[in-house]
Amino acid sequence: MTTLLENTAGVPGGTPEAPEQVKGLSQGQIVRRRFFGHRAAVISIVVLALVVVLSISAIGLGPIPGWWKYSYTQTPTLMDGGRPTLQLWPFSLGEHPFGQDRVGRDMFAMTMRGAQISLFIMLLVGSLAALVGVLIGATSGFFRGKVEAVLMRFTDMIIIIPALIAASVVARSASSVVLLAVFLGLVSWTGMARLVRGDFLTLREREFVDAARLAGASNSRIIFRHILPNAVGVITVNTTLLMSAAILTETALSYVGLGVQNPDTSLGKLISDNQAAFSTRPWLFWWPGLFIVVICLTINFIGDGLRDAFDPRQKKIVLRRVKESPASAELRQSVDARVPATGAVSPAVSGGVVEPLDDPKDAGEGNDDVDGRR
Amino acid sequence: MLTYITRRVLASLMILLGASFIVYMLVAYSGDPLAEIRSTNSPSKEAQLQARTEMLNLNVPPALRYFLWLGGAAKCLVPFAGECDLGVTLQNQPVTAALSQAIPTTLQLVTTAAVLAIVLGISIGIVTALRQYSTLDYGVTFVSFLFFSLPVFWVAVLLKEFGAIGFNDFLRDPFIATTTIVVVSLIAALLWTVLLAGSWRRRLITFAAAFAATFAVMYFLSVTRWFSDPSLGVVVIGLTGVAIAFGATTLFAGLRNRKALYASLTTVGLGVVAYFVLQPIFESNASLWLILGLLVLSLGAAWGIGHAFGGYDRGQSRKAAMLTSFGMGALVLLDQFMQHWAEYTTNSKVRGRPIATIGAETPNLNGDFWLTGIDKYTHLILPTVALILISLASYTRYSRASMLEVMGQDYVRTARAKGLSERVVVTRHAFRNALIPLATIVAIDIGALIGGAVITESVFSFKGMGVLFLNGVRGIDPNPVMGVFLVTAITAVVFNLLADLTYSALDPRVRVKA
Repeated sequence: MTTLLENTAGVPGGTPEAPEQVKGLSQGQIVRRRFFGHRAAVISIVVLALVVVLSISAIGLGPIPGWWKYSYTQTPTLMDGGRPTLQLWPFSLGEHPFGQDRVGRDMFAMTMRGAQISLFIMLLVGSLAALVGVLIGATSGFFRGKVEAVLMRFTDMIIIIPALIAASVVARSASSVVLLAVFLGLVSWTGMARLVRGDFLTLREREFVDAARLAGASNSRIIFRHILPNAVGVITVNTTLLMSAAILTETALSYVGLGVQNPDTSLGKLISDNQAAFSTRPWLFWWPGLFIVVICLTINFIGDGLRDAFDPRQKKIVLRRVKESPASAELRQSVDARVPATGAVSPAVSGGVVEPLDDPKDAGEGNDDVDGRR
Repeated sequence: MLTYITRRVLASLMILLGASFIVYMLVAYSGDPLAEIRSTNSPSKEAQLQARTEMLNLNVPPALRYFLWLGGAAKCLVPFAGECDLGVTLQNQPVTAALSQAIPTTLQLVTTAAVLAIVLGISIGIVTALRQYSTLDYGVTFVSFLFFSLPVFWVAVLLKEFGAIGFNDFLRDPFIATTTIVVVSLIAALLWTVLLAGSWRRRLITFAAAFAATFAVMYFLSVTRWFSDPSLGVVVIGLTGVAIAFGATTLFAGLRNRKALYASLTTVGLGVVAYFVLQPIFESNASLWLILGLLVLSLGAAWGIGHAFGGYDRGQSRKAAMLTSFGMGALVLLDQFMQHWAEYTTNSKVRGRPIATIGAETPNLNGDFWLTGIDKYTHLILPTVALILISLASYTRYSRASMLEVMGQDYVRTARAKGLSERVVVTRHAFRNALIPLATIVAIDIGALIGGAVITESVFSFKGMGVLFLNGVRGIDPNPVMGVFLVTAITAVVFNLLADLTYSALDPRVRVKA
């Protein structure tokens, strides 16, 4: 049972101290370790960072010039029908690595600009929606009663308003990327609000909230210092999902002509502008699409990694290695000593959930502390 | 319960009122419907301005105009009065008329996609959950993340290029190059190996067998130019039917239950007989009602067969036989459609390019039931595939998570401890309970999907609600936008309510607050 107690110490919102004098890890440390154990998520972070660095450094940001010779508005003369000159082996960028469009604009510069805009919109929509969602969810979940009823009905109302409408207002009145992002953020916080409210509903009944209140903490202090840190897992994971949804919404809007407007460009707009030329100039279509998919995919994988890191029930990696390795017993000891919380949680999950299917021996292993999972 | 429903319906009405007001304001301030006329130099400009202002009540401020609109919309609540008034479009066509044309098109597109995505997604999710952390699981996880990250318009354009134009080019001379056959066979073999996992020996055998089978089939199809005049024939139908019979029996009763197996096999026999009997009937007078009637008839017959064979558990035999008969019916129907394929492709309106990229039907195509049926499906196939690809991912993830959750429950362990076979544990104890949370997700998703096909519809020029909506937004035409919004909002709200009620009906632990 000792493992069980340690285990809850690692879980978000668990009792703050393990009774045994084991050198504990903070929740942040545990989460970080688990996250960096998730291979796909780590690769995704690297790839996403590369995309960001590439898109910003290539054409620069605002007044700062980039290293690429063309800007996205220049129209150099058309060379070789605008065919892409990118060579992978031996690597060379050539004159126009991603090709040129009909009038000769450099596709590499345009794609980089599009990626910048799309990433910017993604960040702004994600953070704005997270902020509004957390505020509304936290308020309604914490105060309950009338406040909750009003705020949640309001959420239900916003949920059924299509993003297309909000975007069309912006597209008509002012063609500003920031405004578009703000409007999109203002209609996409609903899921976050519901999730945060759900989390707050359970967290506000916990003992540490009562303790804080008895100690004389104000409502805002309880919300921000005591409950919110415990809900950080749900918020982070959902923010990444919001971001990947935001980038798809933005590209879709730009595709139907209601998103980013001329003279600026975005990945969705590039595809929309060039889809008619698919048979003659397919590269105009492939590159922006590839960037959308890469950005979205990496963010989804990062979200998955975060979910695994924050949710101890989803743990798998440690046990998997233990099971397969020949020196499993030794390794298990070392693993347990190193990461008490993860080591204790994982057998319960992987052993108890599915492994019994093919190996009945493992079922016993999971049975010991299967309650630790819930 | 009744108080709960009443309260929820009232709350939903309030939500609808609030949301429609916000949307009405947004639409009103998104642009000026008169701008188009103002910019012209037509001599009758003033009169036109006057007429349009009159038509759309533009001289009333938007906040009050909303109530005028609401007054018309409220008449829709009176059933069968036919007084529904959602305003007129800029072309002075009533919105209700435009909607009644658009809704069936959208529904047609969305239902097929939703049903297929749900069935496929749940099956894949369950299978991957049962084989957690296998190659299959990792592969499916990656692919579902990939699908999740694909912009639907990008997929749609790709589908148009390769699914339609490429395939139509291929149909002109349906000969598959040997390298293509080898590559496809390798991929198929790999998929089968991953799916059927096991020892190395078994994997190798699976790989070899799957490769050889795929290669042989594709070579045969290529040499006989099967694609230009496809057909199944009674032999293929019979063999596939037997396979379905075994599958259905394994699923519902286990192969040890011989009575169920014999019942299913008898159904296959009956299906083969029905194939010959139905040929002339299908040729002479086919209609949707005939097909539906035959479906009911065949299911009834299968029920009877299962009942007659009986065994210690009649229900199992009946279910297995009914699933088999459904499969047989689908095969016979498919064969019938295939028999008309050549006639369709050589039709002067189709001109040998059957897979369509735009629209919901070939204009002026005059044909019998089978021809128009093929026409409908060839138009539906690409948008449906695009929609399925996008929504498949989330269903797979949800059902996998839900199944994993259930497989760890105590009652599953109890079921195993009782000595029940793995099949019974999975299908009876785990699967049913895993479906409970999915019912909610499915209900909410269907509500969202009806409004969510906007992009797909616009890429494929499907004249559904999405296109109506987009054209309204682009052309600053407020009333159709509001009409579409009303329909999607009502479905969303209704399906949300349904989701909550289903949940409490399926899971007695969940109580709705009265």
